Amino acid sequence: MIRDPKDLQRYTAQERANHWVVGICFILLALSGLAFFHPAFFPLAQIFGGGVWARILHPFVGVLMTLSFLGLFIRFRALNAMTPTDREWLSRIGEMASGNDHGMPEQGKYNGGQKLMFWVMSASILLLFVSGILIWRAYFGFPVGLVRLGAVVHAAVAAIMIAFIIVHVYAAIWVKGTVRAMWYGTVTRAWAKQHHRAWYRQMTGKS
Amino acid sequence: MALQSLDIKQRSATTTPSPSMRQTPEVAKLIDISRCIGCKACQVACMEWNDVRDEIGSVDGTYNNPTDLTAASWTVMRFYEKENADPFDFEWLIRKDGCMHCADPGCLKACPAPGAIVQYANGIVDFHQENCIGCGYCITGCPFNVPRISKKDSKAYKCTLCSDRVAVGLEPACVKTCPTGAIMFGSKEQMTFQAGSRITELHGRGLTKAGLYDPPGVGGTHVMYVMKDVGDPGAIGLPTDPGISPLVSVWKGVSKPLATFALAAVALGSLFHYVTKGPNEVSKELEDELDKEDVK
Ligand code: HEM
Ligand code: SF4
Repeated sequence: MIRDPKDLQRYTAQERANHWVVGICFILLALSGLAFFHPAFFPLAQIFGGGVWARILHPFVGVLMTLSFLGLFIRFRALNAMTPTDREWLSRIGEMASGNDHGMPEQGKYNGGQKLMFWVMSASILLLFVSGILIWRAYFGFPVGLVRLGAVVHAAVAAIMIAFIIVHVYAAIWVKGTVRAMWYGTVTRAWAKQHHRAWYRQMTGKS
Repeated sequence: MALQSLDIKQRSATTTPSPSMRQTPEVAKLIDISRCIGCKACQVACMEWNDVRDEIGSVDGTYNNPTDLTAASWTVMRFYEKENADPFDFEWLIRKDGCMHCADPGCLKACPAPGAIVQYANGIVDFHQENCIGCGYCITGCPFNVPRISKKDSKAYKCTLCSDRVAVGLEPACVKTCPTGAIMFGSKEQMTFQAGSRITELHGRGLTKAGLYDPPGVGGTHVMYVMKDVGDPGAIGLPTDPGISPLVSVWKGVSKPLATFALAAVALGSLFHYVTKGPNEVSKELEDELDKEDVK
């Protein structure tokens, strides 16, 4: 893709780096966590040097991800406040998915789906962190009732989060010209005008 | 403890059948609390046979020594002082604590490491430490708070019911050593029968509440107690109606394969969405329009 000086800056280098740290942590967590989730996934533990290493490493990576996600949360929280337009967008998400996005309401920097993703991720990581601490036997010894609750919550929220992340990554691949925003931070003006027209106007001053 | 076995009934985190060519009768250990004198010979025999030594701890003012099960103390005598209505009728209830070898073992159900916990056809639930990853899920799953993770090697340990001795036709070490015959061993059927005769005898001596503890909530156990008051197992620190916690059943039940299918469906759904709907490209018209603006 040719980089054009007229491209619009969507993410700073720090924002991108922060997002990548969270993303890499997530991949490591999902792979090691799934190894404990169901026997079908146990072979994934080999990536980490076996079940014992997966068990040792997973919670530390989890803490790292929680801390780095906090960075993303602080940076993007205000931009992800839900508005009535976002709700309308979400109610018509079927049209969007069927590839017919012309009639969708005009979007700012983020559309309703992206904002929903942001809040689902925030809630998931909070729950995974709290439940993860509860089931971290190597360093904590909570009452068994809490540990059992933690185990259920951790497994359920992890499955939900993995499903949402699959959608998150797929959406970025599906909407052409998006992934580059996470590589070098810019998008084309046409991309912005098509998908986030209000943001396009705000960035360029044009209509 | 591991022995090559051809009589494995269940294996943790395994979805295919386990080696099960050989069939052995179900065994049981019967502990008659009314005959236990609390001498702890069984604790010593357990340490000796299994060749594990606990660290020397400190006395907490009771006869409980060590005070709890540990990775190296697989059985401990728990002393309960019971004051009855008649002030001169003070009782000491002593229970030999350790793994119950549940027919439906919560530890095995919770374990995520393939083959780290097995249940033999004879009913013994055994931990194979070489497969243990040290997560502690067995503790989360156990209704009796039995397994312990070692601080030394981060593996889980508990009573093996001397699976190595039983496999070659011997009784467990604690059974062999008990000087009062309070611990008995044999087929589950035989032990249930023996418990019945003993209970009739106790009833005849006025202990009308005596009964057998073989809780159905965990499918019965392969360690059973004859107790003086079967209606009040809490008096000796046992749960009244133990079973695998509903939370553990939800966590380890059908939800897991369902969630696995759901994740696969989301991934495949995305792939097929791309293949059927095609990518969402930036429209050529918009690009041309912007190019034209630039030329102006
Ligand atoms: C946020 C901090 C996190 C902490 C402290 C944490 C901690 C833990 C711990 C202690 C375990 C038990 C295994 C072990 O001892 O290693 C575990 C299991 C697991 N974790 Fe995490 N984790 C965190 C985040 C995540 C994330 C983000 C995911 C997924 C995307 C995840 C997915 C899983 C899964 C699937 C399991 C297996 C659950 C089961 O056995 O059913 N965890 N986690
Ligand atoms: S008592 Fe606990 S450790 Fe023993 S078989 Fe039952 S669930 Fe497993």
